[in-house]
Amino acid sequence: MSYKKNEDLDSGPGGSVMDKMTVFQDCIAGFNSSPIQPRRCRVLLTKLTYLLSTGDTFARDESTTLFFSITKLFQHKDIALRQMVYLVIKELAKNADDVIMVTSSIMKDTTVSSDVVYRPNAIRTLARIIDASTIQAIERLMKTAVVDKHPIVSTAALVSSYHLLPVSRDVVRRWTNETQETVLAQKMFPQYGGASGMSGPAPSYMTQYHALGLLYQLRSHDRMALVKMIQQFSGAGGSLRSPAAVVMLIRFVARVIDEDRNMRRPMNSLLVGWLKHKSDMVNFEAAKTILEMKDVTDEEATPAIAVLQLFLSSPRFVSRFAAIRILNRFAMVRPQNVNVCNIDIESLINDSNRSIATYAITTLLKTGNEASVDRLMKQITGFMNDISDEFKIIVVDAIRSLCLKFPAKQASMLSFLSGVLRDEGGYEFKRAVIEAMFDLIKFVPESKEDALSYLCEFIEDCEFTKLAVRVLHLLGEEGPGTKHPTKYIRYIYNRVVLENSIVRAAAVTALSKFSLIEDESVQASVKVLLTRCLDDPDDEVRDRAAMALRLATVPTPVAKSYLAPDSVPSLGALEQQLIMYVTGGPDAASVAFDISTVPFLTRDQVDADNFRAKVSSTMPVIGSSMDGSGAGSGAGAGAGGKGSPSAGGAASSSSGAGAHEDKTQMYAAALAKIPELQEFGAVMRSSNVAALTESETEYEVRCVKHLYKAHLVLQFDIENTLKDTVLEDVSVIATPSEDTFEEQFIVTLPKLEPESQGTVYVAFTRPEGEYETVSFSSTLHFISKELDPSTGVPDDTGYEDEYQVEDVELGVGDFLVPTYIGNFQHMWDTLPYEASETYGLEGVNGLTEACESVISSLSLQPLEGSELPLQAATHVLKLFGRTVQGGKVSALVRMAYSAKNGVTLKITAKSEEEVVAPMVAAAIA
Amino acid sequence: MGQVFGRVLAKLWGGDKEIRILILGLDGAGKTTILYRLQIGEVITTVPTIGFNVETLTYKNLKFNVWDLGGQTSIRPYWRCYYANTAAVIFVVDATDRERINTSKEELKEMLNEEELADSALLVFANKQDQPGAMTAPEVSEALGLVGMKDRSWSIVACSAIEGEGLTEGLDWLVEVIKEEQM
Repeated sequence: MSYKKNEDLDSGPGGSVMDKMTVFQDCIAGFNSSPIQPRRCRVLLTKLTYLLSTGDTFARDESTTLFFSITKLFQHKDIALRQMVYLVIKELAKNADDVIMVTSSIMKDTTVSSDVVYRPNAIRTLARIIDASTIQAIERLMKTAVVDKHPIVSTAALVSSYHLLPVSRDVVRRWTNETQETVLAQKMFPQYGGASGMSGPAPSYMTQYHALGLLYQLRSHDRMALVKMIQQFSGAGGSLRSPAAVVMLIRFVARVIDEDRNMRRPMNSLLVGWLKHKSDMVNFEAAKTILEMKDVTDEEATPAIAVLQLFLSSPRFVSRFAAIRILNRFAMVRPQNVNVCNIDIESLINDSNRSIATYAITTLLKTGNEASVDRLMKQITGFMNDISDEFKIIVVDAIRSLCLKFPAKQASMLSFLSGVLRDEGGYEFKRAVIEAMFDLIKFVPESKEDALSYLCEFIEDCEFTKLAVRVLHLLGEEGPGTKHPTKYIRYIYNRVVLENSIVRAAAVTALSKFSLIEDESVQASVKVLLTRCLDDPDDEVRDRAAMALRLATVPTPVAKSYLAPDSVPSLGALEQQLIMYVTGGPDAASVAFDISTVPFLTRDQVDADNFRAKVSSTMPVIGSSMDGSGAGSGAGAGAGGKGSPSAGGAASSSSGAGAHEDKTQMYAAALAKIPELQEFGAVMRSSNVAALTESETEYEVRCVKHLYKAHLVLQFDIENTLKDTVLEDVSVIATPSEDTFEEQFIVTLPKLEPESQGTVYVAFTRPEGEYETVSFSSTLHFISKELDPSTGVPDDTGYEDEYQVEDVELGVGDFLVPTYIGNFQHMWDTLPYEASETYGLEGVNGLTEACESVISSLSLQPLEGSELPLQAATHVLKLFGRTVQGGKVSALVRMAYSAKNGVTLKITAKSEEEVVAPMVAAAIA
Repeated sequence: MGQVFGRVLAKLWGGDKEIRILILGLDGAGKTTILYRLQIGEVITTVPTIGFNVETLTYKNLKFNVWDLGGQTSIRPYWRCYYANTAAVIFVVDATDRERINTSKEELKEMLNEEELADSALLVFANKQDQPGAMTAPEVSEALGLVGMKDRSWSIVACSAIEGEGLTEGLDWLVEVIKEEQM
């Protein structure tokens, strides 16, 4: 046999364009010819795979025609041809009809001896063409293949089983025993190639990895089984030889630790053992998992850090990179623990690999004391020009979070930022720098003047319209409040003269805000400048200028409501309402859009949400379970923790952004559809989702509390997890513990299909204007009807049933809205009423956990980064918010931790309203 | 003389050519058993064929490509995808299944009406003669309405795939016909 590369693929891969229809015709002709020419058919199949893998698709009928012509190739015994046939069928199976036709032929190929090279291909293809009705037929065959002694065959069967899980999990579950056996079995590659070369059969542990993964899929619903599995495979003797399999086992361990506190101690000792494993990747995974545990203690963290420290001086780039990356993440939350590595990290600053160097510096920025910041900044400036934009962004982000942490260092950081702003760089990089400066201005007031003048300088020569517009907007917002507002007017007006119409329009708007300054001469100058803008060639610019000039003639308060409004519509809700209006058809269009349906947010609220989003996007997932009371968030955080840092960051930032504002909006849209609720007025606050059942029960119930002026609406989201039961007339009977709450009505759910979700609302009156707490004992009532398994039609007669769920608590936190404020101390001093209480919390492990539980039960905004305790023994948490009536509330929580007594805390609350302070102080009990 | 020479050439040339044969019939008629009885000479345990089996077998110096297509109702519509270039159809009937003999007749009729099979020979196996109460070949022939058929070569042979009776007889006839008509 001989084969010349690309001989027949003249127009194939790498060659000129391959025409889809020509290939199609050639294939039909080639595959149907007799006798079959295997070489030619292989070339045709290769072309076909090439087309399919480069994104070409065939229409359904074409795919089916192709498929049937390919089935004719089964008459030829050529091994290589058969392999190609399987590869192509696997691709076509998604898009062709009647692929079931090859079942018999494939099943025959899956039972040949292990040495036949196409047997794994056949197994993999089989999984793609099988459906729920035929999967029974292959059970035996898959079991045999899973335990086959040939690693490739076994792996093919295991991986195919993954693909079969969505087809029928129950059937796949039947080969759990075989899978288990395979995890432990050692499979050998048989010796190929006769006497020459190979020295004997080579062991392969690849199957362990795949089998363990499958076993997890089959058992992940059952925590006990999972724990048992971990203990079995982590046991003495180290039955797992594949490092990849051990890494996977560690990830399971991470999940168990995350879900069950009691498992932490035994699991942690396993992790410590793995720190000494002979494979690097196992060491890294174990260290990472330890450091990502919630409230990891110093004793737990130390061995992991010690191992990573050794890797910092490893000769391999990849080891150094992995180690510094994990340390970098950990340094975000616990810089003091990473201090010990500082000397090793210092030496990495000059690493020839820039990625390592960047991580080293950003880590040092967190671990170092304030004094070393200046030196590091200098060092970074030195190599900023050598690294790619992507890493520059990492550095800028590190600096940004540093700004929020060490406000005192703002001067040197600001000069660094302005320096890099002058450098060459793409849009994303410049945007990151601008964002960082915006944050400085917002959260570190001392830096405002300098930062603004750097920004002015930046827009003098800015190639990005978007950024120029944002800077101009900021100048308009902040400029009038500064000591020398006229300085900015010049910069802004320069833009009107020199830039494109978009920037000019933004400049005019910014300019108009300066007319609010109470200074005759400034007002006059602004008026002159605006009048000049009336000659602008662009409509938008002229319109804005005319509008601004008109506003200059009206009384200041009116002008102010247009130019610098106190509250802005919630943009998410506005967009949603507008979309509903536009897509609502002719009926909706007959009336004007009603802006009053869109909730407005005050500046405080917007600031709080922005701040929260910022802080959580710069913090790793570990610290960000602020709204972690929902049932899903535990799993979410677990998944995020296992993912890459960027993914984790993204997940946490989105959960942060989904704070108060968006949540209320999201529910408001749903509540608006229920006519009975309209007379209650607007929703004042919607609580977080609270799970009332364990997950994985028959019916999962979650509750959201909506607070109205004189009413309370409980929203019960009910999920029917059963496959074969329909629920009808679903309602919830909620009995309040206080008789000041009176039930108004229940919006029931007429029918809840199997495996679907529905919502029941229960409305109560509540004492208006008071903050009365209450708990509701709740029971689900419904008529349950089983589905006939063959027809899927529910039985005529059902039976009434009820299902007790946990109580719904309306607590103090439900009356409070987290709010951001820039100056805690000042506000604290001005609040009139004060109350305090002292508590001992038992069963709480560490201050981080205590902080989290206080924040979530009080529902107040943590300020000045105080939600993350820096010391293990004592901490002060600063909180601020408003009641639903708008009164300010603030709390200072001093806490101390000792292993013996748990957490002791003292809450001092201050408020504008007299009743609120004692209520908040007493809320934890 | 020229005629003889031509036939020798044809034989040489024809020996290399693969002859396509389809085995069709209702489910459970014994198609797969017949295929493997012919190929390896043994009775194998079969499961209902979802799709098809294809084997190459050499008989009397001729190379046959034999396609055994599944007979379940759901698979019958796909038979037609495999009609092209077929030299002969072996139609297998379960001679004990009197209830469905009419269904067999309908399927056979529909199949023979296909343009692509206009030149194919037809061999009917009245299978399962080892079972008591099996219809004889003439009975089956009558029930399938073969008797009046003049437009193609056809033959019916009583057989038992389990005992191996009648199979070679049928195949011998097929070989003769194919040699005469198509070479």
